[in-house]
Amino acid sequence: MDITIPILILAIPLFMFLFLGLVGVKMSHKLAGALGTLGMGTVLVLSYYTAFTYYFSGNPDFVDGTTRLQYVVFDQTWLQFTDFLAIKLGFLLDPISAMMLIVIPTISFMVHVYSLGYMKGEKGFQRYYAFLSLFSFSMLGLVVATNIFQMYIFWELVGASSFLLIGFFYTLPSAVSACKKAFIVTRFADLGFLLGILVLSFYTKQLDFLPMTQNPQGVLASFGGATFMGASVLTWALVLIFTGGMGKSAMLPLHIWLPDAMEGPTPVSALIHAATMVVAGVYLVARLFPLYMLEDAALTFITVVGAVTAFYAAVVACTQIDIKRILAFSTISQIAFMMVSLGVASRDNVAIHEGLGYMASMFHLFTHAMFKALLFLGAGALIHAVHSNIYTAMGGLRKYMPVTHITFLIGCLAIAGIFPFAGFWSKDEILTACFANHWFWGAWMMMVAAMTAFYMFRMYFLVFWWDNPDYEARVREAEAHGHHASLPHEAPLPMALPLIFLAIVSTVCGFISFGKFVTFDGHEYIIHIDIKVAAASMGIAILSILFAGWLYLKKNDKPTRMADSCRWLWTAALHRFYWDEIYLFITRRIIFDGICKPIAWFDRHIIDGTMDGFAYVTNKASYAIKGLQSGKVQMYIWWYLIGAVVLGLVTAVCIL
Amino acid sequence: MESVGSTICYWIIALAIVIFSVLTVTTRKILRAATYLLFTLFATAALYFKLDYEFLGSVQIAVYAGGIVVLFVFSILLTTRPGDNSEQLASRKKLLGLLGAIAVGGATAWALCSRCADLFTSLPFMSNPTMHEIGEAMLGSGYQQYLLPFEAVSVLLLACIIGGVVIARKR
Amino acid sequence: MDITLIWYLVPALVMFCCGVYGFLTRRNMIAMLISLELMLNAVDINFVVFNRYLYPGSMEGWMFTLFGIAIAAAETALAIAIIINLFRVSKNIDVRDATKMKY
Repeated sequence: MDITIPILILAIPLFMFLFLGLVGVKMSHKLAGALGTLGMGTVLVLSYYTAFTYYFSGNPDFVDGTTRLQYVVFDQTWLQFTDFLAIKLGFLLDPISAMMLIVIPTISFMVHVYSLGYMKGEKGFQRYYAFLSLFSFSMLGLVVATNIFQMYIFWELVGASSFLLIGFFYTLPSAVSACKKAFIVTRFADLGFLLGILVLSFYTKQLDFLPMTQNPQGVLASFGGATFMGASVLTWALVLIFTGGMGKSAMLPLHIWLPDAMEGPTPVSALIHAATMVVAGVYLVARLFPLYMLEDAALTFITVVGAVTAFYAAVVACTQIDIKRILAFSTISQIAFMMVSLGVASRDNVAIHEGLGYMASMFHLFTHAMFKALLFLGAGALIHAVHSNIYTAMGGLRKYMPVTHITFLIGCLAIAGIFPFAGFWSKDEILTACFANHWFWGAWMMMVAAMTAFYMFRMYFLVFWWDNPDYEARVREAEAHGHHASLPHEAPLPMALPLIFLAIVSTVCGFISFGKFVTFDGHEYIIHIDIKVAAASMGIAILSILFAGWLYLKKNDKPTRMADSCRWLWTAALHRFYWDEIYLFITRRIIFDGICKPIAWFDRHIIDGTMDGFAYVTNKASYAIKGLQSGKVQMYIWWYLIGAVVLGLVTAVCIL
Repeated sequence: MESVGSTICYWIIALAIVIFSVLTVTTRKILRAATYLLFTLFATAALYFKLDYEFLGSVQIAVYAGGIVVLFVFSILLTTRPGDNSEQLASRKKLLGLLGAIAVGGATAWALCSRCADLFTSLPFMSNPTMHEIGEAMLGSGYQQYLLPFEAVSVLLLACIIGGVVIARKR
Repeated sequence: MDITLIWYLVPALVMFCCGVYGFLTRRNMIAMLISLELMLNAVDINFVVFNRYLYPGSMEGWMFTLFGIAIAAAETALAIAIIINLFRVSKNIDVRDATKMKY
């Protein structure tokens, strides 16, 4: 394959970032937005072309009979460490990277278009587009990485662009603290990732993905059965690498940054914190899946973390009042689904059910990106209309915003897993994979799926039905106070178009026979719906929706009474089970008070004190002896002579 | 065993050095001090000749006696008026000076005693260094050759010329 | 009677002590400089004598003396320039009056 197009896919967003970042301030908002969108559109076309060439051309580079191959388009050595260890920068085409080449530019382009309406007139509009381009570049570089270190580099770059975009409204203290929190938490997790890379490369003597994943037994052999603290070193390396994924993908207990990251502009939440960057952890595990297959302990760890996170996030999402927070917790829960799916895909070094879990995870990644972006963009339209994130400011909006209403409903149906929307297909595959591993995981995840349906429709009903507030009275009141205000209004065209497009995609993309394109070993996998699982999951989802409708369709006091009946649970969930407080306690009380303060005291009083003491003594001594500098030359001579004589005598004594 | 002439020669030189040195630092007329210094330097030059270092003796006469003393004389003429004697020294001051000198002399003498075996070496035979050898030693860069100090001294002299001009020039 | 090493060192030592005495007692800066020259000269003699008596084959002391003379010349010229400048400013070259250079 010609390397021009792959290079362009990476170069255009990078160029756009530099161009808009450097000369953007001189441009009008419209021009900057148009350029950014145009650049992303070009990338969209090119990466579609690349992905479709990979999937459909039948080129022997890409497919051998029915097996899809991994193909390195180019791989340039960048830093040669030792004879065998080099950092390369390259472009890898394989089923999952080609799939990501569809997902990322699609969502990114939609967000670019959407932002033309959403961010209209914001200060720093050009900067916003520059950062979006930077993010797209980093994310694309991450998914096409040929080696784990290139992935790490771009992994940090997406972290940095996420930091920049969360803190886009840098005059708001909450946005500033949110972006710092996101950066610090993910950086902390990336420490584990880096350690994992170092351990892995120390033993395997390489960083490239292909030699590792195509010959996992060789990797296992290179570790030579080394163990550390009761687990094999390979398990440690894989768990450490997964720690990086836990940070990026907001798994418990490193999830605390994602809800706060909603301080960023809503399209950014849709792009980075729902569809693309946060699934990087899943992508990382999928990329190294042949290695994870070697170690059941690591996979079990992933499964447990994912299952606990999914349940936790679902419970919290049931009580939140900020619609973006609800979506954030929903995202955490759905990513946990993908993680669990990967975790249950293999046991005893054998892929269960032809690696169904792997395929299902990637399938869910794909569909989730579409419908979660749709939901976030819909939430953005709502926020744009009522200028608030809180659902109590909304209610009965279906009359004012029909397009948003319909598309949002489609998104909710998709995430709830209702036939024939996208989420049904992928979630069904995940549940099947879970049951194939152990009935416990299946039952557990089905419960979480039911909760998903419940909290999504809770939000849906609260926003679009429930109360019917008197918006006109609110407008009058606001204008009486001299504020500009308007009735809730339908989203403008640049915002409505992405909603409609994504709604259509969310409706139909479940019918793609995904197993033909993405499987863990490249062999085709024919999806067959397990009718028992499908019926059960759909039935339970419909029940949840009906329950949510019973509670929230009309304004009533049933929800309050329910909350009162188990007040402590409700309060705890509302406060996200006090994770932030626990972190604050640990950092403030234990790390700051227990470790940092004594160290600071030591530094201030002992280290600085020593130096201050030197300075003080020198100062005092020089004042005391300054009289010797009398300006009388012959006094100096006397001192000199005495010194010289003494020195001479001492020397003579020593020699004698 | 030295010849009698040589011994007489030595005594003349040694006495000249001692007497004129003492006079240099005790006379109250500054111009006379410069003159006694000149004699001391001549005596030193004679000492170099006596030790068979003709070149060094010539340099001593040319640079010290010819150059430096003339500089002294000029500067004395520039800075002192005729009949401008330095005041009589207080005896306490003299005593202190003597004490210092004796202390230095004592320390040096004691240091010399530590090597008393060498102090009574007789004059060994030595052929005079020829001009050829001197030139080789000064302009070579090998072992016991002194090109680098030579160059350093030339730079020092240049710096000194410039410094002298800058400092003494009228502003 | 042999003229041994010590015979030359004693006059040089006397010369050096004279220099020290003069340097400590004279008030006139030029007189101090003259004393300084005496000390330098005494040191030169020492170098030459040691060279001649102990290491007659080599020329180290000899060279040291030569460079010493050159440096003495440079130092004298510079010192005299400074003294003349000082004289121009204060019409006086008494060392007791030049006490501005202190802390």
